[in-house]
Amino acid sequence: MSARISASVYTSHVPAIGAAIDQGNTGSPYWEPLFAGYAKSREWIADNTPDAIVLVYNDHGNAFSPDLIPTFTIGLAASFPVADEGWGPRPVPDVAGHPELAAHIAQSVIQQDFDLTIANELPVDHGLTVPLSLMFGQPDAWPCPVIPVAVNVIQYPVPSGRRCLELGKAIRRAVEAFDESLDVQVWGTGGMSHQLQGPRAGLINAEWDNVFLDRIITDPEALAEIPHIEYVREAGSEGIELVMWLVGRGAMSDLAGGPAPEEMHRYYHVAASNTAVGHLVLANR
Amino acid sequence: MGLDKPYIDVPGTTIFDADQSRAGYRLNQFCMSLMKAENRERFLADERGYLDEWAMTEAQTQGVIDRDLNALISLGGNIYMLAKIGASEGLTYLEIVSSMTDMNVDDYRDMMLSGGRPIEGNRYTHEWDGDK
Repeated sequence: MSARISASVYTSHVPAIGAAIDQGNTGSPYWEPLFAGYAKSREWIADNTPDAIVLVYNDHGNAFSPDLIPTFTIGLAASFPVADEGWGPRPVPDVAGHPELAAHIAQSVIQQDFDLTIANELPVDHGLTVPLSLMFGQPDAWPCPVIPVAVNVIQYPVPSGRRCLELGKAIRRAVEAFDESLDVQVWGTGGMSHQLQGPRAGLINAEWDNVFLDRIITDPEALAEIPHIEYVREAGSEGIELVMWLVGRGAMSDLAGGPAPEEMHRYYHVAASNTAVGHLVLANR
Repeated sequence: MGLDKPYIDVPGTTIFDADQSRAGYRLNQFCMSLMKAENRERFLADERGYLDEWAMTEAQTQGVIDRDLNALISLGGNIYMLAKIGASEGLTYLEIVSSMTDMNVDDYRDMMLSGGRPIEGNRYTHEWDGDK
């Protein structure tokens, strides 16, 4: 008896998407196409709600600031409050953790030579809550526990794509060594192409994004070799968030000799606010 | 041998690295203080008085008062921290981000709805020489 990773979910985590949900604007002409693009995934997850989600995201200067910049952080708390990012906290439920599985992953992954920072207090921002809202809507409580894994993609240098893919592999090994029968998903969030700063702000590169989507499905090992400068130049200064998708992809069983995952859903949309939105659901067979 | 910084050769872009972070530390910590509602109120009620508590450079202080985000980024500000200034006033990310471009917010929104700023001509600094 052990835990198993059943699927990985990938999505952008644009704050304006959260605001559209919170303010009841999902049916507006601006937002309706985007939310329609997630309808199939919402149906899928209703039938495939896991026992826990390892949710890989980045904090945007809310839990962390330049006073402390850990590269990888795992949240071990029983509950994570919703951060006030400057607009007031999103009106969404606090996020229940899974302290036992999180502590197990922390111990296992650190022993696999990843220097995780352990957080027992961690306010979570839109990077974590917007993906939950996109997949689960507006429940009174999130339907399963969530283990936050925060990646520094704010202050350069951020971890490489290779490092992120290998972290995903280490998380998979950790989960499969947990002595309880749990269905676990790993979510990789952020991106796709976007740039939020400077005169080049507004950059979108749909062609590059769609190649990224192709390659993360079929060729993640080679995709992991893309250097930082390609993300920055081709996908915008904030497009580098896409390295976090590689953590989710690294956790899939085909990279440990299993069969290729099944593509449950793929969606791409330009734009939500400043950002190209990408979404993918891959299930282990 | 110095560190390799290939990202210097991307036009209209400042990568928030350790050098920028060091230069902007006080500025970014001021922005972080705006996560508290009472601090947002104090800042908006007396901007200069509130900013003087943070011991930033005069250029940083003036950049905040002017809402000149491009100047603040060049002085070490990080966009996610700087966004909290606009958030204090209820601005959206779209409004905040568009202020750094040569477009007004309506034109910027239209650009985003029609596919965003294209990558062609926007990869290398030499592509912008003379016209931006």
